[in-house]
Amino acid sequence: MRGLQLPLSQTQRIRLQRALEKLQSLSCKANSDASVTVADTIPVNYEDAFLKGHGTTDLNGDLVATVCGVVERINKLVYVRALRARYKPEVGDIVVGRVVEVSQKRWRLEINFSLDAILMLSSMNMPDGIQRRRTALDELNMRGIFEENDVVCAEVRNFQHDGSLQLQARSQKYGKLEKGQLLIVDPYLVKKSKQHFHHLEQFGIDLILGRNGFIWVGEHVEARDSMVVDQANSSEQSMVPEEKSQTHTPLEMRQNICRISNAVRVLSALGFSIDSDLILETVELSSTVKIDIHDMLGSEFHVLVAEREAERRSLMGKRKR
Amino acid sequence: MEYVSPEGLRLDGRRPMEMRQLRAEIGTVAKANGSAVFEMGNTKVIAAVYGPREVQNRSQQINDQALVRCEYSMANFSTGDRMRKPKGDRRSTEISLVIRQTMEACILTHLMPRSQIDIFVQVLQADGGTRSACINAATLALADAGIPMRDIVTSCSAGYLNSTPLLDLNYIEDSAGGPDVTVGILPKLDKVTLLQMDAKLPVDIFENVMGLAIEGCKAIANYIREVLLENTKQLEYRRGL
Repeated sequence: MRGLQLPLSQTQRIRLQRALEKLQSLSCKANSDASVTVADTIPVNYEDAFLKGHGTTDLNGDLVATVCGVVERINKLVYVRALRARYKPEVGDIVVGRVVEVSQKRWRLEINFSLDAILMLSSMNMPDGIQRRRTALDELNMRGIFEENDVVCAEVRNFQHDGSLQLQARSQKYGKLEKGQLLIVDPYLVKKSKQHFHHLEQFGIDLILGRNGFIWVGEHVEARDSMVVDQANSSEQSMVPEEKSQTHTPLEMRQNICRISNAVRVLSALGFSIDSDLILETVELSSTVKIDIHDMLGSEFHVLVAEREAERRSLMGKRKR
Repeated sequence: MEYVSPEGLRLDGRRPMEMRQLRAEIGTVAKANGSAVFEMGNTKVIAAVYGPREVQNRSQQINDQALVRCEYSMANFSTGDRMRKPKGDRRSTEISLVIRQTMEACILTHLMPRSQIDIFVQVLQADGGTRSACINAATLALADAGIPMRDIVTSCSAGYLNSTPLLDLNYIEDSAGGPDVTVGILPKLDKVTLLQMDAKLPVDIFENVMGLAIEGCKAIANYIREVLLENTKQLEYRRGL
């Protein structure tokens, strides 16, 4: 069992246990026997045709799981959704990554996949939104755009025939991320949704939930209008790395960033799925109980968040009925 | 020396066919992709799995399957006398190789081409049967890392002392110099992936001893599956809808 690596007092332990039991009782009704481990036989109806999907294999005519996870059935397809695993990219996913290498016409990004992802220079647009022309000078200035260890946000473009992964960053919302924190959580905690970019206005913060489990919490930057095509001086501008005003980040902003990051850390330590609403609720909880930012990672706050989540889910369940 | 008393009890009070107490914990190394601690009595082993990730040394990259690497080490404080062991001595290289080969046999490496999987196992307390404990811990860690496997591998040792087959030898029995059979099996496929013995045994007795070790492996497999299922369920209900 995955335990919290925190010192808990006797009462805290009991409270946490009670909250987790409540969570268990809430979810148990839906699918109690859908969980499988490695080499478990998945019950299927052999009369009907079925397709075996990811995480399954055929053994003497039986369908057998190859990973630990939850069995999902969609029409004829039977597959096992692995829980803790590295990221499996899908085309169109928004990911956050870290540049590990700058090479010929491309950057290599670590995105928690089994291979490094490739971001081609040609799949980046100019700062003002026009297509890049392939010039030698452009290639020489690549380090002006992203360097090693920069944090970059991009979109999954496609898989090459050899299995490697290509990214693209064609719009203004993608690109280098600065003035913030990168948090790494398990990818199964981040669900696919319509919106992965969140602007938390009350804090003035941008929150990017990368599908690969890399979460960016940083100061809000005003997205420049991508549709403005300024033909006149684009050629010179594109060569020069953008002049970011290197003003210093105010203390309040840094505190907000830390508070939100700590909320994400607590949620991921407890293994709750992470979305912007839940993060905001956790942040609110932390300010209503007037807990210091550094105390958010202590045991008391973990227990509080667990209790709050149990309450929230039970309310949600009632509303549905 | 007498290893089995006339009443049929061993030095640590077990029956000849009795295993030591098992304990397993998943998710003990926060930064690893998968990790586990496995205990068999006083033997305690920690395993961490990283990957599948980009191959560090390009020349080792394999184009149609994953590269599996394994490193076995023993903590200085793991044995009775605190010894500073050089890293990469013959014994640990041999065990690393054994664990690597055993795990490679069960991982579906062809699903993760051109990547690398690192398994690190370290013995925290040594009391005999570290090889088996390492394999069991590595299986748990691999399953935790969500790496597709044909089946779980479990391993257990058995020996033959005072003309009695003994299951799961501890350090004193292990160092008695009698035959020591370490078996690793794939319980679902019913296949043997590891078989080591460093002494001679007549064939009929060997069969008995090996049968005993296989029984032990199956008992461990049941326990490991229970732990894994419990862990999976917990992850799922915590995540919520």
